[in-house]
Amino acid sequence: MSLDSINVAILGTGNIGSDLMFKLLRQPGNLRLALFAGIDAKSEGLARARTLGVTVSDSGIDAILEAKDIHIVFDATSAKAHIHNAPRLSAAERIAIDLTPAACGPYVVPSANLRTCLNEPNVNLITCGGQATIPLVHAISQVTSIAYAEIVSTVASVSAGPGTRQNIDEFTHTTARGLEQIGGARLAKAIIILNPAVPPIFMRNTIYAIVPEEFDERALTRAILDRVTEIQAYVPGYRLKGAPVFDQADTPHGRRRTVTMLLEVAGAGDYLPPYAGNLDIMTASACRVAQVFAEKLIADSQ
Amino acid sequence: MNTPRITDSCMRDGSHPMRHRFSPAEVAAIAHALDEAGVPVIEVSHGDGLGGSSLQYGFSATSEMDLIEVAHATCKRAQIAVLLIPGVGTKHELREAAKRGASIVRIATQCTEADVSQQHFGLAKDLGLEAVGFLMMAHMRPPTVVAEQALLMQGYGADAVYVVDSAGAMLPSDVVAYVRALKGALRVEVGFHAHNNLGLAIGNSVAAIEAGAEQIDGCLRGLGAGSGNAPTELLSAMLDKLNLPSGLDTFKLCDAAEYVLAPMMPFQPIPNRDAIAIGYAGVYSTFLLHAKRAGEKFGLDSREILVELGRRKAMAGQEDWILDVAQDLARAKCGPAV
Repeated sequence: MSLDSINVAILGTGNIGSDLMFKLLRQPGNLRLALFAGIDAKSEGLARARTLGVTVSDSGIDAILEAKDIHIVFDATSAKAHIHNAPRLSAAERIAIDLTPAACGPYVVPSANLRTCLNEPNVNLITCGGQATIPLVHAISQVTSIAYAEIVSTVASVSAGPGTRQNIDEFTHTTARGLEQIGGARLAKAIIILNPAVPPIFMRNTIYAIVPEEFDERALTRAILDRVTEIQAYVPGYRLKGAPVFDQADTPHGRRRTVTMLLEVAGAGDYLPPYAGNLDIMTASACRVAQVFAEKLIADSQ
Repeated sequence: MNTPRITDSCMRDGSHPMRHRFSPAEVAAIAHALDEAGVPVIEVSHGDGLGGSSLQYGFSATSEMDLIEVAHATCKRAQIAVLLIPGVGTKHELREAAKRGASIVRIATQCTEADVSQQHFGLAKDLGLEAVGFLMMAHMRPPTVVAEQALLMQGYGADAVYVVDSAGAMLPSDVVAYVRALKGALRVEVGFHAHNNLGLAIGNSVAAIEAGAEQIDGCLRGLGAGSGNAPTELLSAMLDKLNLPSGLDTFKLCDAAEYVLAPMMPFQPIPNRDAIAIGYAGVYSTFLLHAKRAGEKFGLDSREILVELGRRKAMAGQEDWILDVAQDLARAKCGPAV
């Protein structure tokens, strides 16, 4: 049977699940939202989906496994829940796009390594800070080597949910590993800061990279700007503030050349307000990943 | 009035003016002098806490873990404390610090974000450490809000919670209101950490003691971020004058400040024009040297940068915003960069 769109389900009806739903309704592309599933019949998320005419269920993953025509599942529950869901989804041959910190499958960043992940049954979206910064570190590593990369993500206090707050160490560890494994930095560090200003600030990221003495500054700048354009195709609010700054810093290996980039991420305002760029970049990246998986499924079906 | 426990932080908060370049020999000399003078708690860490060694804040010349070990080995009586800012440092570094001899951890969050610290308090208690909450930039929210956050920390297992005037922006009457609010809400001890940007570090610390604070921070010779902190030797003198038996030797502390620490210091922090701007605009004291450097790089007055950071409500640890503000100010002056 040849397909022209792929049925997907969202598991988890919180902020992330709801924002994903609005994105899929607004710009479905080759995806069709077939089911929005949670485990709390009285949740606000389910009620909202119902009023929008989306098929909903409060039987969680069981409802998804029963619906044989669903091929891709966004898991926006929790790390604990995903560890249980992952083997069941895989056994039922559903592709899992994991937005939790569980990371049962490999890390995926749309503009960096997505094409190499298309045979995986389960991919993980790392963290919001990772989705914002790893692509640019990856872009640099295509031009020159990176001895060390460091990122600072600053998010509005109101946009950091209980999951992030209780697992702030996991955010820093996971983001740093992503900068190394996908970004190509030999060593990496991540810092996260919650800013409680009212009105809330937009998500901000600063990327520092220690680069060799000799490299092609113009080629590097071009690679960064090209990558920003590529990311803007799926995260329209992604913006480099000013040009990359070339500088020097005292490091444990002596005085070394550095590149610094300042980023702002405004959300699309689908469900969460525009300041929540941190959540938007996760859901937008997840949609992009699903679309590319769907392209392959569609091509395979023909 | 009770005698507060004094914690000296010149080898943590003072790591900022030292540009995180304390050597093991310097730490041994300072720790020995503080211990001999009866200081009960000595904090040693990167200025931005465990794991703070970074491009964002400056790399440590010597690993903080090695410095903690040296301080611990040197002291006969004093306990070694470390600072941990969740989001910068992690449980991994806390375990290592405890192995190297730290017995107290001060877990610091923005004054509105106490709930990021639960897992760190949990680990601290599992490791048998004394765990102290440290609510930074407290002046940015009213005392009732800060007291609610302190209650969260108490619930996670904090043995004490500090009101931290990171910007040195409080007046003595403010300090009294914050300390009283926490005292009214908590059953654990309340502490106060001052900065001297408005010249009030000692006065504010005395106000905190009079309002019932049980723990007070000092830094020998005032060595700390911005215009520094309450000098430990002066705190000791104040306690003597208040007839509060502290066990500190004021003259030994004065000698340590003058003859041991001062010769190591690159400059004496004072309320100069940049530091006053920090207190005035209510921004994080450690922005001082970073703003100065950005001012030089972009041909701007560092005070302008600091005031704009205050307007943007930058919080603790947001050193990367300094570059952003400097770029914006430079662009506004010169037109778009070519």
